[in-house]
Amino acid sequence: MKIAVASGKGGTGKTTFSVALVLANRDRARIVDCDVEEPNAHLFLGGPEPVVETVRASIPVVDGDLCTACGACVDFCQYNALALAGSGGLLVFPELCHDCGGCIRICPNNALTEGPVSRGTIETKIIGGDLELVTGRLEVGSPSAPTVIRAAIARAPLLERETTILDAPPGTACSFAACMLAADHCLLVTDPTPFGLHDLALAIEAIREMSKPFSVVINRSLGPDDLASVFCRDQGYAVAMRIAESREIAQACSQGKTLLDAIPGIGQDLRDLLDAILETRATEVSG
Amino acid sequence: MKIAFPVAGSDLSAVLDARFGRAQRFLIVDSDNDTFELLENGSNVDASQGAGIQSAQLVIASGAKALVSSHCGPKAFKVFQVAGIPVLQAPVASIAQLLAKFKAGELEAMTGPDNAGHMG
Ligand code: SF4
Ligand code: SF4
Repeated sequence: MKIAVASGKGGTGKTTFSVALVLANRDRARIVDCDVEEPNAHLFLGGPEPVVETVRASIPVVDGDLCTACGACVDFCQYNALALAGSGGLLVFPELCHDCGGCIRICPNNALTEGPVSRGTIETKIIGGDLELVTGRLEVGSPSAPTVIRAAIARAPLLERETTILDAPPGTACSFAACMLAADHCLLVTDPTPFGLHDLALAIEAIREMSKPFSVVINRSLGPDDLASVFCRDQGYAVAMRIAESREIAQACSQGKTLLDAIPGIGQDLRDLLDAILETRATEVSG
Repeated sequence: MKIAFPVAGSDLSAVLDARFGRAQRFLIVDSDNDTFELLENGSNVDASQGAGIQSAQLVIASGAKALVSSHCGPKAFKVFQVAGIPVLQAPVASIAQLLAKFKAGELEAMTGPDNAGHMG
């Protein structure tokens, strides 16, 4: 069971929430930080030095003897990662290549082969002996965020846990989609501001296109009649949890404390939340 | 010798377009007899990435042996470098003026790209 924790934009407390969710369920959940451009779950979780692995992808390598400069690959590449430089032959721009492999397949002269290039890293560690954190980290300037995200999610778990929490990248572009496609359920963290709602609506639209079940977590909630609650009620979206607006919570979090430290009793709520998701999932599968 | 100029206009009175990769079109001028042809930069004007690379290929395929431009990004510069085509740096001015400068040998080849790279 994979549960993605996402928010249309930054600043809603998404990572704070996913960290709390995994801490409260550490006996049955692990976490994968899929925000590969700016992973930050490790800042909250601490722990030992991680084991680091390189994520490799295949980009085209040209055999100058076979290439006739026909241009078929250049026309094919929708990312403009290939160029014919006159007498200089074919040039590959690894920083623009999205590793689709298409040019290699269509070259009529078999002049292109796959060559490995590094796209980022996966860092794995076990915190306190029982909490596994996997962090995907994109190499600066690499266009292949989805490649690194998929690799981080696919990394073989070190600890046996029934649930994996995916801390999703912000936005609704291809990185977001790569994370969501792997998820069985999505928790959307929002705050009850007009901006929060706008981004929530965009995220929901993207998730519905992928037909993924989702529910909403309202952070800094002003109560059952705040903007986000009313929106969810009107649209018929399930609200999985509300975390009340409070200066103490904000303060505690700004000092690097987790929600578990800041809010007494939230640990049980977060266990109930996971129970509820696992149960709905079970009925969905059997029904 | 054919020389390429990124332009917004369509003849020798046109002014150099400072945005090489996203210029509307290129004026390919034959410096031996001052005739010219126009080359539309087509879809590269709106390309999401690699506009400079595409434009550079267009210029090279036109048979031009030099590009006159006020700026050149790193990727396009690399394509020109590999193709052995100098990028001559020039201020924004009319093509007729720049052509005169070129003939007088007053335009110097850039030794490297002058725009920071960007993914857009
Ligand atoms: S398709 Fe093959 S032969 Fe044609 S330009 Fe590309 S690498 Fe060269
Ligand atoms: S692998 Fe795909 S993205 Fe990369 S150069 Fe080839 S066609 Fe372009």
